[in-house]
Amino acid sequence: MTEIFGVPTQALFGQLLIGLINGSFYALLSLGLAVIFGLLNIINFTHGAQYMLGAFCAYFLLHKLGLGYWWSLAIAPLAVGAFGVLIERTMLKQLYKLDHLYGLLLTFGLALIIQGIFRHEFGSSGLPYPIPQELTGSRNLGFMFLPNYRAWVIVASLVVCIGTWFVIERTKLGAYLRAATENPALVQAFGINVPRMITLTYGFGVALAALAGVMAAPIYQVSPQMGADLIIVVFAVVVIGGMGSIMGSVLTGFGLGIVEGLTKVFYPEASNTVIFIIMAIVLLIKPAGLFGTQK
Amino acid sequence: MRHQKIALLVMLAIFAAAPLVVYPVFMMKVMCFALFACAFNLLIGFGGLLSFGHAMFLGTAGYITAHAAKEWGFPPELAILLGTGAAFLLGVITGLLAIRRQGIYFAMITLALAQMIYFFYLQAPFTHGEDGIQSVPRGKLFGFIDLGNIMTMYYTVLVIFFAGFLLIWRTIHSPFGQVLKAIRENEQRAISLGYDTTHYKFQAYVLSATLAGLAGATKAIVFQLASLTDVHWTMSGEVVLMTLLGGLGTIFGPVVGALIIITMENYLAQLGAWVTIVQGAIFVVCVLTFRRGVVGEIAHFLKKPL
Repeated sequence: MTEIFGVPTQALFGQLLIGLINGSFYALLSLGLAVIFGLLNIINFTHGAQYMLGAFCAYFLLHKLGLGYWWSLAIAPLAVGAFGVLIERTMLKQLYKLDHLYGLLLTFGLALIIQGIFRHEFGSSGLPYPIPQELTGSRNLGFMFLPNYRAWVIVASLVVCIGTWFVIERTKLGAYLRAATENPALVQAFGINVPRMITLTYGFGVALAALAGVMAAPIYQVSPQMGADLIIVVFAVVVIGGMGSIMGSVLTGFGLGIVEGLTKVFYPEASNTVIFIIMAIVLLIKPAGLFGTQK
Repeated sequence: MRHQKIALLVMLAIFAAAPLVVYPVFMMKVMCFALFACAFNLLIGFGGLLSFGHAMFLGTAGYITAHAAKEWGFPPELAILLGTGAAFLLGVITGLLAIRRQGIYFAMITLALAQMIYFFYLQAPFTHGEDGIQSVPRGKLFGFIDLGNIMTMYYTVLVIFFAGFLLIWRTIHSPFGQVLKAIRENEQRAISLGYDTTHYKFQAYVLSATLAGLAGATKAIVFQLASLTDVHWTMSGEVVLMTLLGGLGTIFGPVVGALIIITMENYLAQLGAWVTIVQGAIFVVCVLTFRRGVVGEIAHFLKKPL
């Protein structure tokens, strides 16, 4: 068996793949956080719970209505996104004039409620969700076996991330969005409905979380706590990348996933903490984050 | 000032007389958490910094105290001192990192740092993982006061709580505390007046961490246990909740908040996940309609700061 740095290549590529998968979710979730933060100036603590809601939505659609993975991929983000719109309209809207910290506290409270309800109903153990039939099996790449579903997750999240970047940075709609981030009052004066844009942006960010949840369901099990610890890692990812740029948060997400995977190979004890350690180092060297600008 | 002193005496009288009516262990829990919340409030209420990782100080002090008392046979006063010192040190290290960012970033960074500390304790052998450090000896204070006696323990905790509370009180009313308030209200202005605001915020952070550590160290001796619960992020959330409910930036609010939340948890404990749901609901209601908190509302009604 071939080895690199004393590690069998099988193990190395296996962990790299897991790192890429985790990175896909970090990227999708930090992208959603960055989009929401850009326009609303709120850190959405409910993001982890909304990711979990996406996974549960897929689970319900399969077991109650018999609708499979591909339906879930479309329906779950819409349903959870609509729930997000409801939250924004009824609660978050009232906080825009206050200190931004209140938004954090409110969304933290909402996350506790949602996670508490699901834990009360389903306990803490995970529920299995099958891999869609079209994506079962795996292909031999010569140096490793690549399960089809995992390849799909990486490709799909890349496409979604790049698509989001394109819409925000290269289209007219995105230009309105960026303008409203800079100066909402002026954009409003030009006759653009900024409050509606804010609502839809929040809904879109939440939908991204739910989409990540559906994609995660066949890989990790569907459980009430699946988003709770993940969201803290994603916060660290956001601090490392800085929230200034969309592409920055995507790159940081994938990059840190890979670093985490490699740590599992070379020094497994630190695999849980490596992202936080990187965060500490980045704060020392470049406090604004790798792609951020200090305001 | 006068009404605050009256309130202080009333609070002292209530805590001193409480064991006649209420189960002393319950009241000791309330006092430990009240001190924890007061320490946290010093940072957010007077420095405007929201830490979402304060559990790391509570838990660290608890672990170090428990380990020193059980494995090294330290007397309780030294064990508590060592635990508090550990929290101070952790406060200095994390403070140097976290203070580099403002507002929401500060909250996320403290949360992430606390999660790192949590994973460290999860893996470190001396914490005994999920079991925690159990049956920590209470020992004899200064060699002759037996803390095994519940009432002796109770009044020792009362003294520690009150000393911590008075230190915070003194800090708030000192020139240092006034500068902190100025920074909270308008940092740019404070800078233009020549204050090194980063330095002030760092000092407030370390003081808050140390006092949170004192609460954790005391708690470990009282309950003879140090466990992962005290370093988990849910604990960081709980102290935010206590302070928010009692009243951000009020002096007595965190004590009232701790009393309410601990009482509630006591009654809802057997209902499991419901505790989390109710906590979340209190967060939402407080943020949307009750931002002054219990004591803040009373102070607003009396038109006097409490």
